[in-house]
Amino acid sequence: MPDVIMPRLSDTMEEGELSRWIKQVGDEIHKGDVLAEIETDKATMDLEAFDNGILEQLLVVTGALVPIGAPVARIGDGSNIVADGAEPAAPAATPAPAVPATTPDASAPAPSAPAPSGTSDPATSATPTGELRTSPLARKIGREHGIDLHSIVGTGPQGRITRTDVDAAIADRETGTPTPTPTSAPAAQPETGAAAQSATAPGATATSATPSSGATPGGPRTATDSVAVPVSRIRAVTARRLTESQAVPHFFLTRIVDVERLVAFRTEVNASLTALGTKVSLNDLFVRASAMTLRAHPAVNASWGAGVILRHPHVNVGVAVATDDGLLVPVVVDADQKSLSAIATETRALAGLARSGNLSLAQMSGGTFSISNLGMFDIDSFTAVLNPPEAGILAIGAAKDVPAVRAGALVTVPMVTMTLTADHRVLDGAVAAAFLRDLAILLEDPLRIVL
Amino acid sequence: MAAKARIRPNPVEAPGDEPGSEPNAPLRGYYERMSLVRAFELRASEMYARARIGGYCHLNLGEEATVVGLMAAVEARDYLFTGYRDHGYALLRGLSPERVMAELFGKVTGVSGGRGGSMHLFDTETRLFGGYGIVGGQIPPATGAALALKYREAAGPDAAAVLCLLGDGTTNIGAFHESLNLAGLWKLPIVYVIVNNGLGMGTTVEKASAEPELYKRAASYRMPGLRVDGDDVLAVRDAARSALKQARESRQPVLLEVMCYRLRGHSVVDPARYRSADDTAIAQQSDPVPSFRAELIASGVLSEADAAAIDESADARVSEAVTFAEESPEPDPTDLFAYVYATAVANAPSALPGEPVMDAL
Amino acid sequence: MTTDIATTRTITYRQALNETLRAELEHDEKVFLIGEEIGVFEGSYKITAGLLEAFGPDRVLDAPIAEEGFVGAALGAAMLGMRPVVEIMTINFSLIAIDQIVNHAAKMRSMFAGQVSIPLVIRMPGGGGQQLAATHSQNLEVWYAHIPGLKVVAPSTPADAKALLTAAIRDDDPVIFLENLSLYSAKGEVPDGEQIAEIGKAAVVKPGTDLTIVSYSRGTTTALEVARQLEAEGLSIEVVDLRSLRPLDRDTICASVQKTGHAVVFEDDWLSYGIGAEISATIGEGVFDFLDAPVRRVAAAEVPLPYAKSLERAALPSSADLARVVREVLNLAPVSSASIDN
Repeated sequence: MPDVIMPRLSDTMEEGELSRWIKQVGDEIHKGDVLAEIETDKATMDLEAFDNGILEQLLVVTGALVPIGAPVARIGDGSNIVADGAEPAAPAATPAPAVPATTPDASAPAPSAPAPSGTSDPATSATPTGELRTSPLARKIGREHGIDLHSIVGTGPQGRITRTDVDAAIADRETGTPTPTPTSAPAAQPETGAAAQSATAPGATATSATPSSGATPGGPRTATDSVAVPVSRIRAVTARRLTESQAVPHFFLTRIVDVERLVAFRTEVNASLTALGTKVSLNDLFVRASAMTLRAHPAVNASWGAGVILRHPHVNVGVAVATDDGLLVPVVVDADQKSLSAIATETRALAGLARSGNLSLAQMSGGTFSISNLGMFDIDSFTAVLNPPEAGILAIGAAKDVPAVRAGALVTVPMVTMTLTADHRVLDGAVAAAFLRDLAILLEDPLRIVL
Repeated sequence: MAAKARIRPNPVEAPGDEPGSEPNAPLRGYYERMSLVRAFELRASEMYARARIGGYCHLNLGEEATVVGLMAAVEARDYLFTGYRDHGYALLRGLSPERVMAELFGKVTGVSGGRGGSMHLFDTETRLFGGYGIVGGQIPPATGAALALKYREAAGPDAAAVLCLLGDGTTNIGAFHESLNLAGLWKLPIVYVIVNNGLGMGTTVEKASAEPELYKRAASYRMPGLRVDGDDVLAVRDAARSALKQARESRQPVLLEVMCYRLRGHSVVDPARYRSADDTAIAQQSDPVPSFRAELIASGVLSEADAAAIDESADARVSEAVTFAEESPEPDPTDLFAYVYATAVANAPSALPGEPVMDAL
Repeated sequence: MTTDIATTRTITYRQALNETLRAELEHDEKVFLIGEEIGVFEGSYKITAGLLEAFGPDRVLDAPIAEEGFVGAALGAAMLGMRPVVEIMTINFSLIAIDQIVNHAAKMRSMFAGQVSIPLVIRMPGGGGQQLAATHSQNLEVWYAHIPGLKVVAPSTPADAKALLTAAIRDDDPVIFLENLSLYSAKGEVPDGEQIAEIGKAAVVKPGTDLTIVSYSRGTTTALEVARQLEAEGLSIEVVDLRSLRPLDRDTICASVQKTGHAVVFEDDWLSYGIGAEISATIGEGVFDFLDAPVRRVAAAEVPLPYAKSLERAALPSSADLARVVREVLNLAPVSSASIDN
């Protein structure tokens, strides 16, 4: 694998300063991923990867001035990972909000990068403005069959949804089993069942016609040896949406919250609700608290919309749910208007529908903010990827006992690390920080959550 | 004839007789026709000013003797092709002033149903085969009509011929040369008449033609070429008759140049400021209508009262035409596509502006 | 189409034209031929071979080099009821006669309110590819197809050459009859007996379900060739042969694209404002909701056609270009150019 080199990023540039590493050693890298930020003589620019693989080694430290063409990092198959600081004196300092190792587990509901789709055209079916790219015929067939084209991944040029895609979606619905998303050019013969063949036929064409010009014959092999695992439509949509989300300039804010009183409050509430057969989870409390804080911070309950910021009148909180088919985010509509028990009941029902594959599109639409909770996996903290067009998503880790001084005595207190990912086009740091502060205050004084 | 200040070469052939040698009836008739053309054209000019007539409108004012002389020579069986200065020819070919005026008015009762206008008068019945707005556009088809005549019938005194009128400016276009070459080559029964009024719009013949004696061009095609005084109705008539006789009987095409004056501008909207006062004065002195009238009175063919009655009658006739044209209906837009094709054809377009070319499936 | 489906013979496009002219000269004495070098020389492309001998100089009239003159003369003869069939040596020279065609032949019937009709046929070949360079290789049919009052037909096969020429000669309107230099020696089955095509109708010359190629004249033969190549790969291509450029059979085009959802126009003329532009607009208007991909046009490069073979080949639309664009429209992986023989 070739080295990552300092690119020429302006007409007058001779060297660039590696101002920030965005990817870490060990990260899976895809072509086009932004590895780092480069300060040129004119502007801050992205250092994009030209190769797929694993980021094995960083060759320069943050702040280093590197001439054009000099190597700054190495991407390989992951077998030669060189830990921080082997060559450069200092490790590439990570920015303040730590970027945690990603969870490669497919069942994890907070993926860090879209699964490799295997398609020759990685473009999504969305235009830069977020509109679907569809053919008129696809729209017509979609209308006639009640298919929402947003639930389809386009396989046409620039990700255009074409008749083949819609026909496949109709077939999926009729058989009730998600079939593989066509991963390459369709044979354009719906009559002959092109969808079923497409997983193999186009691949064969591609390998015979274009024997991966850039591949090193003796080098590590990746794609050619890999087994293509067909993905569900949900997975494909997720991949698309998350890829879109990568285009959003975002930042992270982390805050550790004392949940001692919250845990106690939950126990109390559950005791009183036993008769009703309802149980409130910590997550329900986070949903309710977030909704109330959003109501108080309308700037956060907003989206970027083609040159304007859209402030939403309703507070609809999405809750990430891991299912066998992939991540789903059912939405609790008007969460700020609903009681804690109502939220608990509704969330449970929605999660059940999600896992059984019966969630309607409407139940997944219209969110204004999302919450992803990996506490049950004992994750300390993590960052979540924005769920467009929402401007914020809150990543909640597990409650961990942390030593603390209370009334002069050293005790352990349960703490939760929550990390807010914010769309910088909509939210500035201070606005998001104020939201997170108020949310923390609410969580630390839980009685106010139900007031 | 009235004195002419402009020097004209003597006609190569001048078969015209003095009025005195003609029987009275035809002479009276020629004056009636000249008077009708004059009245019609003056009224057309007025109706253009009154915005009843649109587009271009070119008048025969000053050319009346030429028009009458040529139309006296041509037979009913002959085919007539002309340029856009065509009102007088249509009238004398036998089209009623009503139908001609209605055409100028763009009315459905016009000779071409209001579709052609002033420049495109056409009547199959009287073998007026147009009326052509493009300068010289009529020359190749007129030549082809003669080709068809030659193919269809034998030469002889009863054979038909083609009379193709064109202006002096027209002699400079390529089609003039191409067509006269074909006619000379193929010996076609056609007479080309250059109505030389001295001006192609505002450009004099001398500034437009390297050989301004246009009849001489006939030599290139081994064709007789002759020039005649266009203000002399009898001279014009006799020259044209003689030419037509050659065409009809011996398939000999002829080029006839008729010298006349345009009394006004190129068209009704042209004040002709480019003309010198002298030139305008000469044109007015040469005006064939008053001079022929005076000659007929002087020679006793007409009395002053007769002449006045003829003028009055012509004016009244034109008034009737105007009334008819005014009262006639405009063509119905639903007939817009009525004459595009003679043989019905699948998928012929019929969409109006903004209408879909087809229904969306 | 009519009559006598008895037998067919395989003859060239040239022969089909020659036999049809002969048949029509026999059928109607008002029919006569006129053009440069059509008599003694038997036609620059030998379409009129033997006809002077058979019908004499009144019926097969050699004209001097005077396109405006003899086209206009044919027009004048048609006004008097003759049925002239003009040969213009190539479409390039028709520009010299365009005043007579556009300003006169096309207008007279309308302008004179139906008092006269113009039963005139103007035959002329277009097309490049013979290293005739810029002035002798043009495809100007769209100039005429633009003009109301004209009919413009463009047969692609010997059978259509016969049936459309017969129809054109018997039609009472001016018909531009477009031939193509590269088609003259093309062979095909031609039914014996009188055949009269319906002007204004396109034909589906090969049915298919995946994509529609719309073409005409020489382009149709290329379209068929590409369609058959792609058929071997499992693609089902429909080919619509326009046959008539004016009037344009929009219904047949749209019905085909309604079925296939994909369309490529293959045309020998230049891209901008060309035949394909009209077809594309028609498809957009007629079957927008059935389109699964944008309509594409494969047309000549917009350059005066050079003489040099390499440049000429680069400029003219080829079967490889068409196959590539078909694949692009269907979003199929490209195939190395070696596998598609140009």
